[in-house]
Amino acid sequence: MSTEPIRSVKDLPQEENLFPGTAACAGCGGLLTLRHCLKMLGENVVIVNAAGCFTLLSIYPFTPFRSSWLYTAMACAPAGAQGVRDALDILLEKGKIDPEDNLKVVVLTGDGAAYDMGLSSTSGAIYRNLDFYYICYDNEAYGNTGFQESASTPFASRTKTSPAGKGSVKKDLFGIWNSHKPPYLATISPAYPVDLANKFKKAEQYKGPKLFISLIPCPPGWSTDPSHTFKLAKLAVETGFWALKESVFGEVEHTYVPERFKPVEEYLKEQGRFSHLFSPVRKEEQLGRVQEMVNEYWERFGILL
Amino acid sequence: MKREMLTGNAAAAWGVRLAEVDYVPAFPITPQTEIIETLSGWISDGVMDTRFVTMDSEHSMITAAGAASATGVRVFTATSSQGLLYGFEMIYTVAGWRVPLVLINVSRGLSSPITLGPDHNDVLATRDTGFLQIHCENCQEVLDSVLMAYRMAEDERVLLPVIVNMDGFYLSFTREPVEIPDVEEVRRFLPAYNPSHAYFKAGHPMAQGVAVLGGEYYSYFKYQMHLASKNALDVYKKTCREFEKEFGRKYDTIEEYRLDDAEYVLIMIDSFSTMGKAAVDRAREQGIKAGLLRPRLLRPFPEEDIRKALNGKRSVAVIDQNISMGKGGILYSELAGCLYNEKNRPFLLSFIGGLGGKNISPEEFTFIFDQLVRGEEAEVETPHLLYTEQEWEGMQKLKDIAGKG
Ligand code: SF4
Repeated sequence: MSTEPIRSVKDLPQEENLFPGTAACAGCGGLLTLRHCLKMLGENVVIVNAAGCFTLLSIYPFTPFRSSWLYTAMACAPAGAQGVRDALDILLEKGKIDPEDNLKVVVLTGDGAAYDMGLSSTSGAIYRNLDFYYICYDNEAYGNTGFQESASTPFASRTKTSPAGKGSVKKDLFGIWNSHKPPYLATISPAYPVDLANKFKKAEQYKGPKLFISLIPCPPGWSTDPSHTFKLAKLAVETGFWALKESVFGEVEHTYVPERFKPVEEYLKEQGRFSHLFSPVRKEEQLGRVQEMVNEYWERFGILL
Repeated sequence: MKREMLTGNAAAAWGVRLAEVDYVPAFPITPQTEIIETLSGWISDGVMDTRFVTMDSEHSMITAAGAASATGVRVFTATSSQGLLYGFEMIYTVAGWRVPLVLINVSRGLSSPITLGPDHNDVLATRDTGFLQIHCENCQEVLDSVLMAYRMAEDERVLLPVIVNMDGFYLSFTREPVEIPDVEEVRRFLPAYNPSHAYFKAGHPMAQGVAVLGGEYYSYFKYQMHLASKNALDVYKKTCREFEKEFGRKYDTIEEYRLDDAEYVLIMIDSFSTMGKAAVDRAREQGIKAGLLRPRLLRPFPEEDIRKALNGKRSVAVIDQNISMGKGGILYSELAGCLYNEKNRPFLLSFIGGLGGKNISPEEFTFIFDQLVRGEEAEVETPHLLYTEQEWEGMQKLKDIAGKG
């Protein structure tokens, strides 16, 4: 791949490495993210999957991938990646595979595994400086089981197990990962494919853990129209709710800062999971708190909304 | 070939070294630590061309081991007790991946209460997972079993992982003279691993461990594992014959000790069966026609061989070093199931002993033979928990000290 940055969607690779017709829901923002990621990663890939929505992408005997796939379990996809990577390195060293046939090892996981059960094995893999890609499709709840609260669920969001809205705040997974100072760590969005693509280009030059968290609209869980996925993903960024950033060996930089931040309410009011904040009565205090948290985040970087 | 005094753990490490294993993901737990320490020492000295990685838990360790095996290299790992249980989810999973990984379990009792002494509830918990199980009585057998385990696991008719089991402390730290074969001899018996089944390769997409929707498909894969495990019986026997041809040591699915003309039989596994053999010798001196049968392979279960060996025996005592609460000995149930349809089946008694490494005294063996001779008139309930008067009193003393007397 050329080292020139990608400037527009027209410059994205034309090849598709993820084919349509999967069991994912219509309008799944995760699938859109994955499609872009795989365009950048190419086809010589082994995806190591943790239990989540995307476990149902490969159902015997069908697979939508051009590449290979190993389902592990919920807690241990990074450990599976370790085994695959080490085995490939052994085969390379012993001359049993040609260097041009080397494979990229990619962990694919939802937020349920990434933020909680899989955190220990992720930390282990980062600590061991495992050469792998990690993609988390974060719909902010346990989506595959019908949308229950996870550590990634944001404050005030309604889920099946927090019907009144979550009382605590979202776990800062980016911060936890970043404290390990991996070579490359980024947040991405399916609505910003050029930003996403350039992050993969940048990550490619590093050997070691390369981590990506994508905030992804989830129509059934968020109670949104499947056709609104792109718009919502964009609003999450334009309101400052989801910051697009990257970190190289622990140094954080934002890759996109909206010129004028939209009020966070514009993002919230589109979604069923926040509808209790608007009717039957407006919950000013909670709405104010969400906006405040967004403001506080950006102020820490000297950016005023 | 050379002869050295080796602990069970060191013998295990020698087996792994001679098998020229490519990859060892590890996580320390007593009493198996000496195995991975020995291996990592050899690897850092350059004696072994193997990649060693310390994982973040046994759960991760078993995952990495299975995944590397699925990618196409020869893999070894070891654990014990709580470690095996912590990785248990992945024990099922990697068996379903059909990968020929070999894992040594150094048996140790399970929490709670926590202990270091051995019994078999840890390894027997994996009985139904698809892992094959070889149980070892002595250090030589540990080394030999590692080599045999790879031969069996990598056979195309099997492709299932294997647990080689030994008792913690009783075997892991006992030194015995062990014959260490030359690497060339071993290479003839166990050539380098070249996977012929599923593995990851560029230009050759392969989905492993994929989901199935529907019981028909799920059952199909599970039945395949069952049939592969059944195949392992013949493969194991052939492996034993070839092992004997190459190294001169004879193994089988079961070991028969003074069994030919025996009327009263003990059934025991792993290192405690050495005590059982001594008890058989003492009983013989007293004119009791005693013998011992030691299943060496527990999965697949060598039913035919056991039935044949027990045909016409008067009574049999299964001494289980495990306990299934509210039921009793796990091996006893296996034996009862195996013999139920036999017309000429022996009378079967169940004893539980050796939990957490608790001794089984000569007097207790005498008691067991006494009950066996009584046969149907035996005065023990099933299962009978072996616990001496003295042990009971010792426990009462501790309870007094604890103020709970
Ligand atoms: S539940 Fe949500 S995240 Fe899961 S597949 Fe459906 S849309 Fe995607």
